[in-house]
Amino acid sequence: MSENSTQDFSGQRRTEVINGAKATLPLIVGAIPFGILFGTLAEPSGLSALGAMAMSVIVFAGASQFIALGLLAAGAAIPVIIATTFVVNLRHLLYAANLVPKVRHLPPRWRLMMAFGLTDETFAAVSNRYLLQQDIKQAHWFYLGSWLAMYSNWVFCTALGIGLGELFPDMTSWGLDFAMSVTFIGMVVPYLKNKPMWAAVIVAGAMAIATIGLPHKLGLMVAAICGIAVGISLHMLLNRKSTSQVAAGGEAL
Amino acid sequence: MNEVSLIAGMFVATFSVRYVLFAVAGRVHFPGWLNIALGFVPPAVLTAIIVPAVLMPQGDIWLSLANPWLLAAIVAALVALIRKDLLTTIVVGMLVFIGLRFGLGL
Repeated sequence: MSENSTQDFSGQRRTEVINGAKATLPLIVGAIPFGILFGTLAEPSGLSALGAMAMSVIVFAGASQFIALGLLAAGAAIPVIIATTFVVNLRHLLYAANLVPKVRHLPPRWRLMMAFGLTDETFAAVSNRYLLQQDIKQAHWFYLGSWLAMYSNWVFCTALGIGLGELFPDMTSWGLDFAMSVTFIGMVVPYLKNKPMWAAVIVAGAMAIATIGLPHKLGLMVAAICGIAVGISLHMLLNRKSTSQVAAGGEAL
Repeated sequence: MNEVSLIAGMFVATFSVRYVLFAVAGRVHFPGWLNIALGFVPPAVLTAIIVPAVLMPQGDIWLSLANPWLLAAIVAALVALIRKDLLTTIVVGMLVFIGLRFGLGL
């Protein structure tokens, strides 16, 4: 390989890293207030500043971390918090299932990075790159860029939130939590393309309110499972109907 | 220490779910129904998080257009349906929320 083409190669990689970070920027707009709020809420919820930093560095799962604070504040037991984290994160199985066919040729260290960095935001950013563009040979560098942007922002915003929380103790009442809601709304709406999806979302939302009184915030899990069950049932019902119509049509012919 | 076991447990619960498919790298194929079920997981989980957050922002049900969380969420959902663009949704939703909460003092 000539020196020139090696340079092209590293140039291409750098471009991918930068593009990955750029594609993630819109999502970081929502993650900034959310990260700051996590840092701010940690100590009032019963998690030390060091614990909050460690959680952002090691766990790196925004929605789960936020829910863990709510559970801690409500006095939930640690196994309950861990089980809730597991259920809330099950959605990442879907993201991984979509990405794996594109990355199975990569060495394990790349797949470790991808798994650790698999957030809603990075999935949204890289799935466009993987699905819409043809040449994906260097797309793992794009993923790295997206992960670096999300991770550094998340860790930085957690630290900032811890500091700001000490300066402005009333910050927890400003409504920064809306940043998480609005980001998730933007992520849920594109799924709403058919009746089963609408039904799943409506049932999950209604059940989340109906089960709010359950201990340990178990309502979140119950609501999600009800929504998924209704979605699958309706999907099967509608598909069976259409296949039986096809069968009936076949008989008439 | 409690926080150590909490963080270690949350790490395992998070990383194992994220890594399992990357580890087997497509050598396992899901049955069709499981693929369909997985498709419902993100919207169902995210909605179960969003709805109480916007309908009960301060602990009690607040079903009113004077609720800035709810009103801004409705606007954001409409923007997302029409524009199908995440950045626009987030920015418009946040601006509406800030305007209602701090501009109008709701």
